Amino acid sequence: MTPTLRICHLYPDLLNLYGDRGNIIVLTNRARWRDIEVRVTEATLGTPIAAGDADLYFIGGGEDRQQRIAVEDLLREKRGPLTDAAAAGAVVLAVCGGYQLLGQFYRPAEGDELPGLGLLDLWTEHAGPGAPRLIGNLVIQPDGGEPAMIGFENHGGRTYLGPGVRPLGRVVSGFGNNGRDGWEGAVAAHVYGTYLHGPLLPKNPAFADRLIREAMWRRHPAFELAPLPDRLEERARATVLARIGGAPPG
Amino acid sequence: MRRNRFLTTGQSSCVHARLSAAIALGKATATLSRLLRRGGGTTMPGRVARAVEPGVVGLLSARLPLGSVVIAGTNGKTTTAHVLAHIMRVLGQQPVHNRAGANLAAGIASALVEHTDLLGRPRGDLGIFEVDEATVPRVVPAIAPRVAVFLNLFRDQLDRYGEIDYIAGLWRSAGAGLARDLVAVANADDPLVFEAVHGLPGSLVTFGIEDDHYALAALEHTAEARYCYRCGTAYTYEATYFGHMGRWRCPTCGVARQSPDLTARDLTLSGPDGSEFTIHEAGSGGAARTRTVLPGLYNVYNVLAAVAAAKALGTPLGAAAAAVASFAPAFGRAERVLVDGRDVRLLLVKNPAGFNEVLRVTLAAGPLPVILIAINDRTADGRDVSWLWDVDAEMLAGRVGRVVVTGLRAEDMAVRLQYAGLPPEAIEIEPAYDRALRRALDLATSGRLYVLPTYTAMLALRAVLQQWGTVRGFWET
Repeated sequence: MTPTLRICHLYPDLLNLYGDRGNIIVLTNRARWRDIEVRVTEATLGTPIAAGDADLYFIGGGEDRQQRIAVEDLLREKRGPLTDAAAAGAVVLAVCGGYQLLGQFYRPAEGDELPGLGLLDLWTEHAGPGAPRLIGNLVIQPDGGEPAMIGFENHGGRTYLGPGVRPLGRVVSGFGNNGRDGWEGAVAAHVYGTYLHGPLLPKNPAFADRLIREAMWRRHPAFELAPLPDRLEERARATVLARIGGAPPG
Repeated sequence: MRRNRFLTTGQSSCVHARLSAAIALGKATATLSRLLRRGGGTTMPGRVARAVEPGVVGLLSARLPLGSVVIAGTNGKTTTAHVLAHIMRVLGQQPVHNRAGANLAAGIASALVEHTDLLGRPRGDLGIFEVDEATVPRVVPAIAPRVAVFLNLFRDQLDRYGEIDYIAGLWRSAGAGLARDLVAVANADDPLVFEAVHGLPGSLVTFGIEDDHYALAALEHTAEARYCYRCGTAYTYEATYFGHMGRWRCPTCGVARQSPDLTARDLTLSGPDGSEFTIHEAGSGGAARTRTVLPGLYNVYNVLAAVAAAKALGTPLGAAAAAVASFAPAFGRAERVLVDGRDVRLLLVKNPAGFNEVLRVTLAAGPLPVILIAINDRTADGRDVSWLWDVDAEMLAGRVGRVVVTGLRAEDMAVRLQYAGLPPEAIEIEPAYDRALRRALDLATSGRLYVLPTYTAMLALRAVLQQWGTVRGFWET
């Protein structure tokens, strides 16, 4: 029987600010190149999801207005099944605005804290009026000897990690979670959040494969991914890494 | 003459002296930068002039006897400004306009200084200025235009300007400073434009396409305006043309595309060779057939916008439509150059919706085209290249002969093409502009080459062509 990977793309029409569709394109292709059958479902406003529906959930980032529309639906309709799925070992990947939504809460400049999904022990704060957005190329080094992760960041909020999560990596170049503590992203079990986009997965094929492997293991234990040549991916990574620390763009 | 701040007696001699100095120093800077070949002096003269007299844009534009037109929008500003300038030139006027892409305050000031003599008299009668999104609130009230054209709002250079809603807000806030006799010319097919120009003072003239033969099957991935600006419900589309342009409506609050004052109908698109269509005028029932060498639906919008602006300036529809036919594109916007016997088309790409349109134009040209894609990530291109993944590059799979990629982000584009389903042998990376161009020309044995550059990559490729003696410097265009 052909092994299958079921991907659920949450709010592709609302949270799609930074080429986030590229992450789905990369996951789909890299799985198919290993003869895995891939099924992608899109769940947007009013689309019900169930905990056993998918092996991997993806949430991207959106503009403020779109994010406000999505968060209401997310908390009301999708929080329960998503929490259950994560507890059962499904992979969740969230980028930028989606990353912030996975946390405990968002603290605006004024007014009450806005609740998040609580899948990751972290919170995000508005940096105050006039504070600069954190924008630019971002390189981080995950622990455990994995390859550096490369991308672009563009966020106003500053994220701080609680004791219940580990950072995804240490900032080598760029700002990361808050521009202060040197950490970027967050991981707990198979739930991942990060400010890295560009999009994230095309230039981080090892990380893409890690997500596919973890998503497959749930229903196909000991499933192994055949290596891919990644010739163009490695070349793109080398070019960016060579430029970081070089002349600033302009 | 509409406004004559020039002639007011109350103006202090101090301003006069400063303005004269600003003009003289600006002109000296222009001469110097041309001698030094520093990029043609499209912005430095304006920077110098504004340092001396910060009000130089308002003071000099007020002296243009026929007033000014400003053109705003993400895609098509330069082309629309050029088409409009061409129409007005055919009709005997002398437009003053800023150079391609020099659409920040300094670029506009440079154009004005250049077209003013040392005595402060304008050499030209009508200002046509393309204005950068972020410059709109500061520059537009200073220019006090007769006509303001709003083309479209797309996702572009997000790292520079933040979000689309923010840009729409800039347009609205600039509107508060505009004159009551302003004519706003706006794209009726773009719901974001509709919301952004809603409530501007003066009168509104709208344009749009009505030809379902060229409607797309579904809303593109790039579409920004899927949800109603007012109530958050998904818009429904009776027809979409590109990006989020089309016949839109909100099923909940009922806000919908208004029937435009000018419509393009009975379209015939001839791939990269241009198009032909009829422009209908709602009020009078008048109509005029026009043809243009500008390719693609996106240029139908640009031509419509230029004709609508010309009409707002008092040009009869028939005369404007006739003048369009003799317009020859320049400077990377569907520009054609002949290199070693090859017909080379330069088609600028800035964002996903425009890129998709350019790809459709290229694929309509004939089987298995050879394409050179040049992607940079400098500030003017947008430093974040994630937009490449919103391009529907999948349409190239199996339909393209060879793609040579170059520029600072050549490898990113190559990865995008690989995941779009192109086989490895169809993708060649050549980071150096001159070698990439040479290689692509050698591959283009059919006689045609399509070059798709981002803005600064276009400048770099034009510099190569100029070295080869093929195109002139951009300060001469």
